[in-house]
Amino acid sequence: MSWGSWQNFLAMGGYAFYVWGSYLVTLGLILAEVVLLAMRKRTALGRFRVRGDTGQGDR
Amino acid sequence: MLAALRCVIHRDLLLAARRSSDVLTVLLFFVIVVSLFPLGIGPDPALLRTIAPGVVWVAALLASMLALNRMFASDHADGTLEQMLLGATPLGMTVAAKVFAHWLISGLPLVLISPVLALQFDFPQELLGVLALSLALGSPVLSLIGAIGAALTLGLRVGGALLSLLVLTLYVPVLIIGAGAIEAAASGLGGQAQLLLLGGLLVFAGAFAPWAAAVALRISVE
Amino acid sequence: MSINWFKYSSPQTFFPLAGKLALWFGALALVACGVGLYIGFFVAPTDAQQGEAYRIIFIHVPAAWMSMFLYLVMAFWAGLGLAFNTRLSGMMASAIAPTGALFTFVALWTGSLWGKPTWGTWWVWDARLTSELILLFLYFGFMALQAAIDDARRADKAGAVLALVGVVNIPIIYFSVKWWNTLHQGASVSLAKAPTMAATMFAGMIVMAFGFWFYSIAAALMRARCIMLERERSSDWAVHYAKRSA
Repeated sequence: MSWGSWQNFLAMGGYAFYVWGSYLVTLGLILAEVVLLAMRKRTALGRFRVRGDTGQGDR
Repeated sequence: MLAALRCVIHRDLLLAARRSSDVLTVLLFFVIVVSLFPLGIGPDPALLRTIAPGVVWVAALLASMLALNRMFASDHADGTLEQMLLGATPLGMTVAAKVFAHWLISGLPLVLISPVLALQFDFPQELLGVLALSLALGSPVLSLIGAIGAALTLGLRVGGALLSLLVLTLYVPVLIIGAGAIEAAASGLGGQAQLLLLGGLLVFAGAFAPWAAAVALRISVE
Repeated sequence: MSINWFKYSSPQTFFPLAGKLALWFGALALVACGVGLYIGFFVAPTDAQQGEAYRIIFIHVPAAWMSMFLYLVMAFWAGLGLAFNTRLSGMMASAIAPTGALFTFVALWTGSLWGKPTWGTWWVWDARLTSELILLFLYFGFMALQAAIDDARRADKAGAVLALVGVVNIPIIYFSVKWWNTLHQGASVSLAKAPTMAATMFAGMIVMAFGFWFYSIAAALMRARCIMLERERSSDWAVHYAKRSA
């Protein structure tokens, strides 16, 4: 499958909005999930410092 | 055991009779919601005739869901529920009895009133029987499925809204088949297939839902 | 030699394992998605009927597969936790849910964007898309129920009951929606059928499916680790870990 040029590739035969709209939103959601997980881990670790060894096991 | 179950049903009916406003409010809600649709859509008779089955069914779903809170909440509040958990009667049977009583109070009135409401939509008279029958078979299923949701959300702060999210999703097949029965009858194909399916769903739900709700009750109360 | 099946069934032993597995599966996911995208964009030919629009299929179908597969896996772990009263199983189920919901949303979003150029409308009430929508509600219901319950054990068990009831319902929902769809054939159309599959198109879809699968495993394991840190705050191993990563 040869596209000929970058423009052709980006244009996706006129369907650029739909194709790239799908791929970019998917990528965005996946990246958001990973970032949110990293932040969640940081918050969870942070709680140890605040409450020391006496944290109750809970949600 | 049958005596115990009769007792449970009798008690629930008596309590509902004493607070009849609860029951009537739900019924009124059903009536009002059905009346809202023509107001929102327009009085064109042909259009109303087409949407009548769906509208009546959706309103029945919503009314049924509204009534669910009552199923276990008051018993939970006054401690009766814990006695039921500890009692000799299998909890699943007790739950089934409570669901039956709940249906008698909240579901059966809807079934009885639905033909009258369908007439508001100029619904053909020969199809009113199918309408009532589909609701008669479907509304117990709604009560059974709803019991599981009510048991899971027992005592939670956000109970009502959460319950609707959980239960309405599970109601979808009943809605599709129930409204489908009426539409099939309207188009001349006959609604027997859907009605039989509804009957099958009722048997299936009747067998498993009380048990699932019992499990959920134990989880919520302990 | 006897295998200790339950060696990793406690958060203490599973936590480090989950960390290593997450890294490996994350790397595998990148490779698989890279290969899959390459096949999808540079090997698979243009479709005769749908032009380049069909290339959405390389995300839409794998995401839909993942959405259903993850629900089953989630229900499995939840059921296991309910039956054997193991904490970790419940944590795994909770860890999977958001990723499953994500792929369900992606399937709906890409389905909508695929439907517009091929069928002219942003939403088509065909059996598959409608079932996906209901599946999204099932995921949200599970997550909302667990969020509403403060006690972790009750949340796990309640979620398990809901997930299992949902699993029983999914075939019923799918068939009733399918039936509903065929009865109303005039009013609705079926979502753009996948183009008669060239082998390369199929290969691209399969590889992307693996990529999404590996990603799901990595994301779920990462989330499980967060859940373990949140719930086991009073355990020695957690405190030591927190001290080491400070």
